[in-house]
Amino acid sequence: MCLGIPGKVVEIDAAGSGKVDYEGTRVLTNFALLPGIKPGDWVIVHAGFAITRMNEKEARKTLNLLKEIEAKT
Amino acid sequence: MRELRNPKVLRALLADIRRKTPSSPSPLRIMEVCGTHTMAIHRFGLKAPLEEAGIRMISGPGCPVCITPNAVHDAAIGLVTREENMILATFGDMTRVPARRGSLQTAVPARNSRIQIVYSPDQALEAARKEPRKEVVFFGAGFETTTPAIALTVKKAHEENIRNYSVLAALWLIPPAIRAILEAGEIALSGFLYPGHVSAIIGLDPYRFVPAEYGLPGAVAGFEPADILLGIRSVLEQLAGGTPGVSLEYSRAVASEGNAAARNLMREILEPKDAVWRGLGLIRGSALQIKKKYAAFDAETKHGLKIRGKDADVPGCRCGEVLRGLITPEDCRLFGRKCRPESPIGPCMVSMEGACLVHHKYGPKKGLANEKN
Amino acid sequence: MKKISLEMGSGGKLMRDFLHDSILERFQSPLLAELSDAARLPLGVAFTTDSYVVDPLVFPGGDIGCLSVFGTVNDLVVSGARPLYLSLGLILEEGLESGLLDRILRSIAKAARKSGVEVVTGDTKVVRRGQGDKIYINTAGIGTPVGRPSPGRIRPGDKILVTGPLGDHSVAIMSARGELGFETRVTSDCAPLLFLLPLWKKGALWMRDITRGGLATVLSELAENIPYPLIISEEKIPLSRPVRSAAEILGIDPLYLACEGRAAVIVPEKKADLALREIRRHPNGRKAAVIGEVTSRIGEPGELLLETATGGLRRLEALTSELLPRIC
Repeated sequence: MCLGIPGKVVEIDAAGSGKVDYEGTRVLTNFALLPGIKPGDWVIVHAGFAITRMNEKEARKTLNLLKEIEAKT
Repeated sequence: MRELRNPKVLRALLADIRRKTPSSPSPLRIMEVCGTHTMAIHRFGLKAPLEEAGIRMISGPGCPVCITPNAVHDAAIGLVTREENMILATFGDMTRVPARRGSLQTAVPARNSRIQIVYSPDQALEAARKEPRKEVVFFGAGFETTTPAIALTVKKAHEENIRNYSVLAALWLIPPAIRAILEAGEIALSGFLYPGHVSAIIGLDPYRFVPAEYGLPGAVAGFEPADILLGIRSVLEQLAGGTPGVSLEYSRAVASEGNAAARNLMREILEPKDAVWRGLGLIRGSALQIKKKYAAFDAETKHGLKIRGKDADVPGCRCGEVLRGLITPEDCRLFGRKCRPESPIGPCMVSMEGACLVHHKYGPKKGLANEKN
Repeated sequence: MKKISLEMGSGGKLMRDFLHDSILERFQSPLLAELSDAARLPLGVAFTTDSYVVDPLVFPGGDIGCLSVFGTVNDLVVSGARPLYLSLGLILEEGLESGLLDRILRSIAKAARKSGVEVVTGDTKVVRRGQGDKIYINTAGIGTPVGRPSPGRIRPGDKILVTGPLGDHSVAIMSARGELGFETRVTSDCAPLLFLLPLWKKGALWMRDITRGGLATVLSELAENIPYPLIISEEKIPLSRPVRSAAEILGIDPLYLACEGRAAVIVPEKKADLALREIRRHPNGRKAAVIGEVTSRIGEPGELLLETATGGLRRLEALTSELLPRIC
């Protein structure tokens, strides 16, 4: 599973395993590669492991950039 | 994030790209290293409009299924067809690659053995815990995105003293492959699109040699169509400004320093080695092997596998040249004829990110005007 | 010496080759050669059979029992016959819990009642532990013709309908298997398609239930057998949100996901509205939609084309082999 659309962490247990939600589908995920991650955070999951945390501020910057480019046309 | 697929946004980005592309008799060649980028470029119909804008995207070797040599597949097939009470755990794509003795998919396992398709290396380790009387070998193939997870299973197996688990490692590194392509100098490239999720692990530094030693620009990009176009746009801006560097166009998912925890794990369990890539030959320091300390979990050592890097592809198969960006799938005589998705001759037609399968599935149709794009 | 591989049962090219080389060659029968969902016997009945080996046996929305009834019933319906009688063959593995068997038999009885069919003959065998995967079921069905599929009368302009959202069964099964590490609330769409029978008298030219290989396989097989290309629109295809996201995560195209209670139907343009209303009256057809048409203005004979959501056009092919989740 490499496609890696972002999903929301919905639960993490003490052992560092849990679930990430994608619009109703929940994927069993290992969070060992992201110390400090918590429910509510958004992540990219690859092969059953969360590999990176999504940055909402940067996401908004990208959307704004796209708006600018669209306005220029 | 529907915006990233919004046709209006994509058209605006393409218009901006057209404006920024220097006019030239031949197209600007940008290499997308990662197979997932190849697939996304075709799936979202970006190939043709980019060509029209004067940009030719060249597929690179970033497809682990494609570049793992037959010898490794043969070793995996040999294990599970010979040994009883074995579970060969593997990712799905790997099972369809036609090696010398057929593929894992058509292999008939030995008595009480089976091939188990897993979505995560954790599952392979769990199988070893659940079935202590079976020997589990995880055929672990991937780039830096997958490697930390595989390294973690070795670490856990060591900590929990799980004796029936080992990894047949086919762990490849992207930056050395990029260097090999540049050193070979077989194609004239103007820039690179770097893989989004590999970069989430390794950060930007490993690519800095590209602008520093070869003067070429590059951008780390995500996988939505807008992400890819933003990446290409950044490469054009760097070209125009004469300031080649490594720009980050996927900042919502990638930190420029990457994922240190993941890299530490890799360093703890694995070390670099020279390795032969299908199509690219021997590349120094381009793969990872399990350290001696953890040799008990290295399938090659544990099961005495002799994997010779030198092996020939099926005659006529030009997968190697496709992987180096020298030819397109359509240039191969077998493409679409003898070599088709249902009867693949080489791995580039097997993997969902293999250039040949991507071209076959999403390629332009003869006699069809692609008006809507 | 070659051995049978799992791949041969997947419905892809290997199986098709097997059918042509080993089955059709050997059993020279014009009826068999049609390879239709049900054979129309000169006796005036339609006859079909199917075997069920699904794993897991019980899944959200159904079990192997109701599957074994509805699967065969639906084959008859899409062949233009009202299902009447079923045979029931059971191969049980020693050690199967009788509670589980009871549940499956109750399910079969309920499904049979729901489909208006009577189980009139059958057989039970028990094999040694380890020689059968808990239970295998074979059902054969007999029905009386109420209409005749006429793909030969399909013309450009005819509409393609699907009776409901795609892929629910596949996703429910994959989730229940637990091997792919995901959970979902999606339940199987396993159900009888009897509500389609009246359409045979209201202009329906062709129907197929969308099982293994999904909509893309079913339609591309039709395209190979008629002189006009088919074109469908990605945005019109009904998909529930959880199925859409599950498919995205697994890297599987929803057009290849199997269902067990959905059909594709072809009707002339003039009859399409009526057919749609008729299907939507039934609870299992509420989300039915027109998703495309038979065409002559684009493409070549034998092709199934897809208008993508991002504004492109591409060719779809039949499923070539087992769907495998991707890795990177």
